[in-house]
Amino acid sequence: MSKLVISAIGPASSVQDGGRPGSQRYGLTPSGAMDRLALATANVLVGNPPFAAAIEIGPFGAKFTARAGAVRVALAGASRNADISGRAVAFDTSMTLMDGETLTFGFARGGSFSYLAIEGAIQGEPMFGSLAVNARAGLGSPYPRPLQAGDELQVSSASGAAERRIDQPAVADAPIRVVMGPQDDEFGDATQLFLDSEWKISPTSDRMGYRLEGPVIKHLHGHNIVSDGTVNGSIQVPGNGQPIVLMPDRGTSGGYPKIATVISADLGRLAQIPAGRAFRFRAVSMAEAQAEARKFAELLRTLPDRLRAVESVDLNIDALHDANVAGHAVSAIDAGTWHVASADASGPD
Amino acid sequence: MAELLSPPRLLPSGDSAITVEFSRNIDDAANQRVLALDRSLARETIAGVTEAVPTYRSLLVHYDPLQIGFEALSERLVNLARLPLPPVANSRRWRIPVVYGGEHGIDLEDAARTLNTTPDDIVAQHVTGNYRVAMIGFTPGWSYLSGLDASLQMPRRQNPRLLTPAGTISIGGVQTGVQCLAGPSGWHLLGRTAVRTYQLHRDPIFLLEPGDDVTFAAVDAKTFADQDRAAEAGEIVAELMAS
Repeated sequence: MSKLVISAIGPASSVQDGGRPGSQRYGLTPSGAMDRLALATANVLVGNPPFAAAIEIGPFGAKFTARAGAVRVALAGASRNADISGRAVAFDTSMTLMDGETLTFGFARGGSFSYLAIEGAIQGEPMFGSLAVNARAGLGSPYPRPLQAGDELQVSSASGAAERRIDQPAVADAPIRVVMGPQDDEFGDATQLFLDSEWKISPTSDRMGYRLEGPVIKHLHGHNIVSDGTVNGSIQVPGNGQPIVLMPDRGTSGGYPKIATVISADLGRLAQIPAGRAFRFRAVSMAEAQAEARKFAELLRTLPDRLRAVESVDLNIDALHDANVAGHAVSAIDAGTWHVASADASGPD
Repeated sequence: MAELLSPPRLLPSGDSAITVEFSRNIDDAANQRVLALDRSLARETIAGVTEAVPTYRSLLVHYDPLQIGFEALSERLVNLARLPLPPVANSRRWRIPVVYGGEHGIDLEDAARTLNTTPDDIVAQHVTGNYRVAMIGFTPGWSYLSGLDASLQMPRRQNPRLLTPAGTISIGGVQTGVQCLAGPSGWHLLGRTAVRTYQLHRDPIFLLEPGDDVTFAAVDAKTFADQDRAAEAGEIVAELMAS
């Protein structure tokens, strides 16, 4: 066994997996990763089941150090500067941290949540089949709370498997698709205003809900309805007319009318929209929403087919450029260094 | 042949859930139908249905759209919901001990003033009531009970409190509630119970089920303190009454 020591970490970072649906009738919210595709991508890169427990890193920086042996990890989700002891490393790629090496992350760019998967997955005691942190309910393992500096995760020692990268389909910068309802009839003409307007995510958002800033969406008959059930992606409109999109740590029931629901295939994309960036919603039919759900499931199922060997320096440079979308130049020397290091760590194969 | 009941409204909640709505209001008859459909769904397995969440007026049915589509599931649910209500199953009846007033129920005196009565009368009325768990939601174990006497009904507080204690027993609108975890609430706090409706490492983790019957019994502060210690150690301090 090796250890992954959390040397530094910002708020809103926690162990997450596929979550714990099944007990919502008792008020227990499912939790789980904000961006399921990114979680699955990171896991597949190190040979884990797609929804194994990994570290969800919030918008701020973090540092992880391998102890008592090498640790093989992979990064996916919101890109950010990342390096191992000064060598830049790429997202959507696996890599091995040698004993004593530190993986350092900067702030998220072009997204909010990144995922660090660990070969063999995070070990802990599942509650309701999940290690996902839900601090309010006292759930989560190995720590029933967000991660803090000084925490240690017991992890498998690196297997020496060859490093992999993954060919991800491009993420569309298209509107977030919604199915109208269940209570769109509480809004009348305001539903059109909702669909025609630009929205921004407020910085006061969290894993329970994304608060939106935009025009005031007025209710026809007041803002109190009798509580009914919520889902990930429910768009509630409270009294101030500023919608809240409910996220995986939501309350299981809510008493505000829900104008629309984000389709399941677009939830991760919504979760990754940075606070303050303008976006729009687009209404789709149930048939289109369910066709997208099938396509999304197929994408998740076929992620392992997109794995590629990390061989060519050219490919590594591409990967590094992808990882530096904000325009930070990466020299071929950095890329070569990174490539040599990962080749060294790959061991016999 | 029994007459079929009026069909509920089937409302889409995204691509993976349907809200089966029986009423727009808090309505005991609607809640009975919600709970009946919940029981029917538990008996009649429909491939693709993953879980059901009863609330006062609707049943939220989560499903896997890869296994069953919106139209097909809607039809199955409408057919189930139109069947005559099955006889009320032998629902369980719990007696929940409560220490009322003082530091344990800081709104009891204000509530008495608002309702133009005395704290003792509120307690007497509250322990006389027969309640039903209409739904559990918001946070783990937060149980919303129907059956509050009209004389105890009053609007929620203008300013919700950000933190109310674990085990709070409160009233709000036409409902009374058993709250498990500490958290925000805009309801009027009448007292506290040592009963944990949600407790990890206890069997069962969740004590109450939607549809269970509940009555309250007044206890003194010392009894509450004793029960609280026992409950913390994993004992179930609610009494299960013979039905």
